[in-house]
Amino acid sequence: MTEDISRTETPLEMPSIVGISFGNKTSSVAVVSRDGSIELIANQDGDRFIPSALSYLNDDEYHGSQALSQLVRNANNTVVNFRDFIGKEYAKIDPTHSARSAHPVESDSKVSYQINGETVSVDTISARHLTRIRDLAADYLGVPVTKAVVAVPSDFTDVQIQALHEIAKTIGLDILQTIKEPVAALIPYTFQSVHPSDKISLVLDIGASRTDGAVIAVRGGLMCILATAHSYDFGGSSLDDILVDFIAKEFEKKYKVDPKSEPRAVAKMYAEAENVKRALSASKTATISIESLASGYDFHMSINRLKFELLARKVFELFTSFADEVVAKSGLDSLQISEIVLAGGTSNIPKISTLLSAKFGELTTVVSPSTSIKAFNTSELIARGCAMQASWISALDADDIQEIMQPSVTVAAHTSKAIGVQLPDNELVVVVEQTTAVPIRKTVVLPGPADDGSVLVSIAEADTEIVSRKIEKPAPSENDDDDDDLDGFEDDEDEEIREIKVKSAASIADIVLEDVKGGSKIEIVINITSKLGMSIAARPVGSSSAVRLETECSLSQ
Amino acid sequence: MATAELLVQLTHAAGQTNKVHGSPSPFVNRKIECAGPFFLSHARRILRGRTWSEDEKIEQAANFVATEETEEDDLGDEPEDPQILQHDPKEWKELDLYAALGLSKLRYKATEDQIRRAHRRKVLKHHPDKKAAQGAIDDDRFFKCLQKAFEVLMDPVKRKQFDSVDEGADVPPPENYNSKKLTDEEFIEGWGKFFEAEARFSKIQPVPMLGDMNSSKEEVEAFYKFWFNFDSWRSFEYLDEDVPDDSDNRDNKRHIEKKNKAARAKAKTEDVARLRSMVDAAFSKDPRMKKFRLEEKKEKERLKWEREAESRKAAEEAKKAAEEEAKRKEEEERKAKEQRESQKKNKEAAKNARKKSKRTIKAAAKDADFEVEVESLIEAMDDVQLSDSASKLSDAGDKKAAFVEIARGLVADGKIDASSFPKLLA
Repeated sequence: MTEDISRTETPLEMPSIVGISFGNKTSSVAVVSRDGSIELIANQDGDRFIPSALSYLNDDEYHGSQALSQLVRNANNTVVNFRDFIGKEYAKIDPTHSARSAHPVESDSKVSYQINGETVSVDTISARHLTRIRDLAADYLGVPVTKAVVAVPSDFTDVQIQALHEIAKTIGLDILQTIKEPVAALIPYTFQSVHPSDKISLVLDIGASRTDGAVIAVRGGLMCILATAHSYDFGGSSLDDILVDFIAKEFEKKYKVDPKSEPRAVAKMYAEAENVKRALSASKTATISIESLASGYDFHMSINRLKFELLARKVFELFTSFADEVVAKSGLDSLQISEIVLAGGTSNIPKISTLLSAKFGELTTVVSPSTSIKAFNTSELIARGCAMQASWISALDADDIQEIMQPSVTVAAHTSKAIGVQLPDNELVVVVEQTTAVPIRKTVVLPGPADDGSVLVSIAEADTEIVSRKIEKPAPSENDDDDDDLDGFEDDEDEEIREIKVKSAASIADIVLEDVKGGSKIEIVINITSKLGMSIAARPVGSSSAVRLETECSLSQ
Repeated sequence: MATAELLVQLTHAAGQTNKVHGSPSPFVNRKIECAGPFFLSHARRILRGRTWSEDEKIEQAANFVATEETEEDDLGDEPEDPQILQHDPKEWKELDLYAALGLSKLRYKATEDQIRRAHRRKVLKHHPDKKAAQGAIDDDRFFKCLQKAFEVLMDPVKRKQFDSVDEGADVPPPENYNSKKLTDEEFIEGWGKFFEAEARFSKIQPVPMLGDMNSSKEEVEAFYKFWFNFDSWRSFEYLDEDVPDDSDNRDNKRHIEKKNKAARAKAKTEDVARLRSMVDAAFSKDPRMKKFRLEEKKEKERLKWEREAESRKAAEEAKKAAEEEAKRKEEEERKAKEQRESQKKNKEAAKNARKKSKRTIKAAAKDADFEVEVESLIEAMDDVQLSDSASKLSDAGDKKAAFVEIARGLVADGKIDASSFPKLLA
């Protein structure tokens, strides 16, 4: 009650826009503070990653980890994993992950739950959850929170997004924009620098109940999703299953009692499995300790990371092959992926990073807390991204946001091949990357010949080629491109080197600069307008007159 | 990267000419994710139909204007006073620090940023190295002054001390404010400037200002109330005599410290008294106060007039009523008098008639022996009977018979007793 009072008394200075990550398993809320840093807001229990769970006992409502602990005693009135049911017909949902909590029931062909004998729709549950999240942000900020940017999975349909908007509207929360989860996860790392470098990122979001992957091209700060893949069969909960099986087996070995026969014991084991899993991400050993698991016996045991990794090897392999699958879907080679961003709570597990870096090679950076101390906790990436996006659009009103989201803005022609400056040995210095949205202007400065005379600037389109060859020892990289994804990959075992070569394929234009002083640098500017006019200009650095050529580009139907 | 750079070196043209060979492969339409600052720029370019370079230019121009406005020379360009340029840095306490930095117009209003910029501008011009390059060797007097001025003005405490005694910022009260009668405009203009300058010392900000001739009574009263209770932070440490920093003469040191303290207190008291007298002077001569008093008086009168209107009306009515009453009374009296007079006349006439009748009757009875009885008969008769009897008697030949007839009439009327008149009614 006091919270409510304080909220109404606070003068409405400036409505803060928060970023909300609304997950099946956990939700987070973040805000960009005045000094530009991002704050993840903790709830009363001190959790920054708040379990998306609601439990009803008598007239009380429990939220977050308090609700989660109700799964042991009050499972039938505890709702978890409900996010994916928003805006879906009952016939089309997969209730697997609600097996140990309140079961979804059909009501009006929509999803509902039977809570204390009453039918409560998933919309109501979501509204309550969002209210709790919003209120804790409002308590932290001291001002009412009325606007938010919310992340949704990349396979959320328009109907589902619309349903989410409506749910938020019922509690007075205006969702300014929904952004896709992989995009939100990529934002914190991409926009740390003022001028983000061009890259192709694989965002692997391993949540509790599902795994999502997306290949995203970042070109001139614009993001374009090349491919997405989703798996609802494995995720963090698969690891929980493995740990629970392990605990059950050890317990049965010791006491000759099967703890799985008792739902309460199962709930206890799942709660502990989650703790152990989390502990093993941070430290090398963890203790499994469950009081009165079954038949009055307690269970205590220590487990180390190696044991866990052995148990979970199959699931880890699923993750890495899933990553391969997404890359294959995008039509790219794994060598062209310059960065893997790990998101979702399960990605905190160090072994996943290790396996991925081994698979993708040294020159693909895997960004996760276990590989880089600068990396953020994988659970908070999406909320951070949302908060950053919220701060950028805070100056816009609803109409502006509508305007920028219309297809005439968001759908743009993208280059299908890289364009660059051809070098004597038929190699190419890429100026405009493949999958770059127009309009674009790119500039490159290259050294000219050492002696006076005319200089040839030949602009050509690139052709990428993957070559694998066996050699005695790794040759020094012959690639002079500043882009990461053009470099080689070394496989230790058979000493085979797979590398990616950028060759000039089709020539576009030649520019000849007359009377250039020896040793001077040449600046080449490629400009493609939104109307697909292309101009190429070259001039020696310091000279005011440039040679300019124009051509037209076409758009494939 | 050195070797790499050599490898990507461009070559000389060998027979090639400027030529377009073809177009890039067809572009593909893809959806851009609506996130990130660069997307917002992209949206701006598309929505406003700008090319990349146009957009860059427009945005740059917008940014440039924005920064230019803040950096725009708000400092002004003040000519440098040769005296200040030659000022002895040891005597920095006598120096007008704002003037040294070229801020003599802004003074206490100068922001920290302005001071910093002004200092930088002066330093660029007066740095000893620059002077040396121009041939003036070892002339760092003004530079030292600049550094001192910057040091004092950037320290909030020291700046307040200097501002307290900054005569350059003082605005004198209007000329002859106490003797001559100022016109309204002169009053507002002169005192307005004075109070505006004095307001800088107030601990409470913002300070109510003098206002103009149209200020409401509340505003003017609030103004004087504030200034009569003015709470000033002005202090006079800046004028302190330097305390000698030698340990051997502690007494002297203490003496000077004591003197400084006393001087500060004295200056503070004087300042408070000075301001008070100024406020008093302004208050007593404020044409608006006079105006308000006049208005108030008029208002009072008007109210009184209104309040008294009724009683006045009542009084008038009463007066009218009294007059009418008096008139009526007079009339009545007059009538009564007339009546009385006529009555008196009648009475006298009746009296005379009676006398005449009596005389007639007596004369008639004179010769008869019932004279005495006639006397009492007369007594018993009223005026009418008397005059009747008199006329009867004068006409009658037989006086006695007439008398008897009269007497019998009287007896019949019951006015006399027959036995009383034995002679007449025998």
